[in-house]
Amino acid sequence: MTLPPDTETAGTPEASVAIESAPKEPPRPVGLGVVGWLRWGWRTLTSMRTALILLFLFALGSVPGSIFPQRGVDPDKVAQYFQNSPTEAEWLDRFQLFDVFTAPWYAAVYLLLFVSLAGCVLPRALVHFKEIRRKPPAAPRNLLRLPYGEAFEGELTVEQAAAKLRSRRFRVVTGPDWVAAEKGYLRETGNLLFHVALLALLFAVGAGGLYGYRGNVLVVEGDGFANTVAAYDRFMPGQRVSAESLTPFSFTLKDFQASYVGAGEKMGQPLDYSAKLSVQDTPSSPPRDVDLKVNDPLDVNGTLTYLIGHGYAPTFKVTDGKGQVAFDGPVPCLVDDQATYTSECTIKVPDAHPTQLGFVARFLPSTVPNGSAWVSVFPAAVNPTVQLIGSFQGDLGLDSGQPQSVYVLDTDKLKPLGKMSATPPKPLALGETRDLPDGAGKIQFTGVKEWITLQTTHDPGRLPALAAAAAAVLGLVFSLMIRRRRVWVRVTDRKVTVGGLTRTEGDVGGFSEEFAELVSLLRGSQDSPAPQAGPAPVEPSTGPDQE
Amino acid sequence: MPSEVNTGLATLSDQLILATVLLYLVAMIGYALELAFGRVRTVSAAKREPVAVGASVSSGSGGVLPEAESPREPEPEPWAIKAGGLAVVLTWIAWAANLAGILTRGIAVDRWPWANMYEFVVAICFAAVTAFLVLMTRQPIRFLGAFVALTAALGLGFAVLFLHVQAGPVMPALHSYWIAIHVTAAIVASGLFILAGVCAILYLIRNDGRASVLPSRKDLERITHRAIVISFPIWTFAVIAGAMWADRAWGRYWGWDPKEVWAFITWVAYAAYLHARATAGWRGKAAIIVSLVAFACLLFNLIGVNIFFSGLHSYADVPN
Repeated sequence: MTLPPDTETAGTPEASVAIESAPKEPPRPVGLGVVGWLRWGWRTLTSMRTALILLFLFALGSVPGSIFPQRGVDPDKVAQYFQNSPTEAEWLDRFQLFDVFTAPWYAAVYLLLFVSLAGCVLPRALVHFKEIRRKPPAAPRNLLRLPYGEAFEGELTVEQAAAKLRSRRFRVVTGPDWVAAEKGYLRETGNLLFHVALLALLFAVGAGGLYGYRGNVLVVEGDGFANTVAAYDRFMPGQRVSAESLTPFSFTLKDFQASYVGAGEKMGQPLDYSAKLSVQDTPSSPPRDVDLKVNDPLDVNGTLTYLIGHGYAPTFKVTDGKGQVAFDGPVPCLVDDQATYTSECTIKVPDAHPTQLGFVARFLPSTVPNGSAWVSVFPAAVNPTVQLIGSFQGDLGLDSGQPQSVYVLDTDKLKPLGKMSATPPKPLALGETRDLPDGAGKIQFTGVKEWITLQTTHDPGRLPALAAAAAAVLGLVFSLMIRRRRVWVRVTDRKVTVGGLTRTEGDVGGFSEEFAELVSLLRGSQDSPAPQAGPAPVEPSTGPDQE
Repeated sequence: MPSEVNTGLATLSDQLILATVLLYLVAMIGYALELAFGRVRTVSAAKREPVAVGASVSSGSGGVLPEAESPREPEPEPWAIKAGGLAVVLTWIAWAANLAGILTRGIAVDRWPWANMYEFVVAICFAAVTAFLVLMTRQPIRFLGAFVALTAALGLGFAVLFLHVQAGPVMPALHSYWIAIHVTAAIVASGLFILAGVCAILYLIRNDGRASVLPSRKDLERITHRAIVISFPIWTFAVIAGAMWADRAWGRYWGWDPKEVWAFITWVAYAAYLHARATAGWRGKAAIIVSLVAFACLLFNLIGVNIFFSGLHSYADVPN
């Protein structure tokens, strides 16, 4: 599989006509045995038609990856899909439609495509290598019959013509009364470079997946993080990553600031995020201050840390029924509404006595009363309050050994404290304390911190992938923009004939301008007699490669 | 990042875009008049060839028409050709208004003016018209004017009616010089792809056997191919630049976000076109249809993905 080939590979231009148009359907072997079938299979696989079909399948196979949620991109949405329509999800999952880009059938398509590509590119590279070292073919008999032809009278020797064409960086061969010149070998070089670069890109991406890792972590202001597997909330290593290979950096989140549009139609839209970190590249190195922003990751020896998201972590002080402080600290809350940063909080107090306590609360960063309710109207913490939606006591279920989400209260073995009120409860202002019913203790809203989510990525394949991609673009530009062309000059007595042709189908930019310019170069400064037009310098695309 | 918006300039920008729509429409009428009355209907070369063989030095396309057909063809009306010339002038003026509309919006908000769907579509229409005007200085493609002007007017009208949002600041994720590189490349490539798409549709409309004011299928095919050959590397670059930006902003260079998936599908589809064009049995109509499939993928990626899928490219800010 390669780009439009420069069809003619050998011989005179006359011989080259319509080489490519012959259908390349390989003859089916009849009773040829294993070798014959293998050869037939290989030829079919490396034929352009198969490559085309594989390209279509490649594109078509990617479509479900955009329609259905993908486990590698958003696992929560996949879980939600299973919850909403279990039967459908089960069937989709049977065809790996939640993991399209890692599915075996998808891999089959692109691996076949790349084998087809390699099977086509490598032989062509050999041909091109020979071609580069070959001399341009001798001049055909009648130059005026070429797609571009012109004749004029003048004093021009073969040597002069050759020198002039050489000055235009043509590769030149001379005969007794003719000059043959050729140019544009970079086209095929670029074509091959492009396809080889695609192969390299595939390997770089694959290597990055094997030897790289990705991890997500949530950090509250004042807390720290050390780059170890255990410190991550979610860690996705490649198959060849060991726990010891992680870069041993650490940092503390000193402060996080977000700014928003304060008024007008776009009120509440975020303007800027900035996380102030104190980073230690190694356990023994001195701390340095880093201002972490979106679009500006922290780089520690090729391991990159990105600011992904943020939210509020109000701090609470819970005193239990025995008068002991059972909890004092921040509780990261999940953002419920991006426009106002109304957040849902779950507070678990396993150390409370006589029974464990649990709370479900709503955090409102900019609270205003709205009828009998309270709402947040702005994402910044201008007037932060906490609404206690529910208070529970009993067994939080933390000791059962079953892993559970810190954001969900398992109310199976809990019972509500007091009566659940129908109207939304009056929110707690900063510093305010609420006594719990049944003498279970009290809870105080002591302050507001913010949390950030970070993603740490180590991908050794990213620079090779970039190099391969850059090479692919370069190759593509060469192969699409450069024209392979040949020019012949024949000198007899005082008569000079020039003929030219392009060996490139559907070239960009007319060759006719360049040809005219070459003719005037050859003609030099002498007076120009009326040119004799060749038979068909009409349409630039009417090269010999056309049917 | 400043959040102040120069409302005067922003309003001026909106008015300029409105004027642009009207000017494109008037230009379209001019081009259409020229097409209808100012051109000789010709049967294209493919069908003419058996007659023309031997007449090796041909003068013009009309000259070799068989005698039987020639008398029925009306002579081109001089006023209609003038209308075409006027349309070109109007297109340049509209182009300038389009450019001014984009610039004033950019200055009003002090950022690159292609950060939401409205601005993006306006810029793509501008790019398509630019591609047409530039190509027209080197190629006889004035016949395309009516279709390009109509496409641009429809695109801009759609943007003004359904996508318009007040000028304003953008998400922190867009505060990057990459917006200048990645989005600009995508806009330029899209503009050229639109030109190719218009030509490809005309190719399917054109029937070589019948007299038409349109150029031959061969010429239409060549213009389509040329536009795609130029824009395909630019699109490739846009995708790669997007990957580099994603590497800066999202912590991975490729993550199969819906926009990435469809940019990739578009790329593969245009690659398939380039291959189809060089494959026996696929040249001509089949390849043109492949290019139109690719074009549909491009349009879906530009507009559909932002409306139907939620993903990381959710800056589109499409009004509900």
